[in-house]
Amino acid sequence: MARVRDEKAAEGRKTATGPGRILVAVYAIFALAATSRAAVQLSTKYHEAPLAYLLSAFAAVVYLVATVALARSGRTSWLVALVACGVEFAGVLTVGTLSVFDSAAFPHATVWSGYGQGYLFVPLVLPVIGLYWLRRTR
Amino acid sequence: MITGFGVAVAACSAAVAVWSFVLAARGREPRRPLLYALGFVELLLVAQLVVGVVLLVGGERPGSMATYLAYLIGSLVVLPVGTVWALAERSRSSTVVLGIACVAIPVMVLRLSEVWHGASA
Repeated sequence: MARVRDEKAAEGRKTATGPGRILVAVYAIFALAATSRAAVQLSTKYHEAPLAYLLSAFAAVVYLVATVALARSGRTSWLVALVACGVEFAGVLTVGTLSVFDSAAFPHATVWSGYGQGYLFVPLVLPVIGLYWLRRTR
Repeated sequence: MITGFGVAVAACSAAVAVWSFVLAARGREPRRPLLYALGFVELLLVAQLVVGVVLLVGGERPGSMATYLAYLIGSLVVLPVGTVWALAERSRSSTVVLGIACVAIPVMVLRLSEVWHGASA
């Protein structure tokens, strides 16, 4: 039993194996979607809604960081992934709530507006699965 | 873009996605026939890029040029990267990864079509 635990510790915290590879793939698609969307928004119409588009860019960075951290093994990556998924979950809840109750403040869509309804609510479910997977691979 | 061709690309990709999920449900690793099918979808996407650029040269304009090009080019990246990621560790999870990559394509083609028909973002 102790030996099994030692081996597990030696090979690091592996988040990118088995079902974890599916999670990384979904995160990568959202990283691609959020990054392209933010790039287009910031480069073509930043002045229309600076806050919404900076939030888009922030979300994109969070998805990129989460993707890379989940794809790598090791203690540091595991911690980075934990923070990224936590920030992502807080972000989707905060922006989602604000966009529902104060739609005047969020007239322009971000990935997290309406709890990610423009993306079939995947942005709401993804961090929960991510956090669960991090718990499993702790 | 040509709408009918876009529909064909999306339908092929969706079919390959369903095939992947069925194989994964039966516990299969990705094998050659599935990879050939992915290659076929990728060829269709390249053709869509060529057609899309030819139409631009011919003077037609989408709702947003930047977004249109981003979807045309971005859609080419998904399947190759997904395949490399899937094959790096072969298991039934790899087959699911291929299926998910194929699900992303119809979504991108749909957005591409919206932008082509005048949506601005």
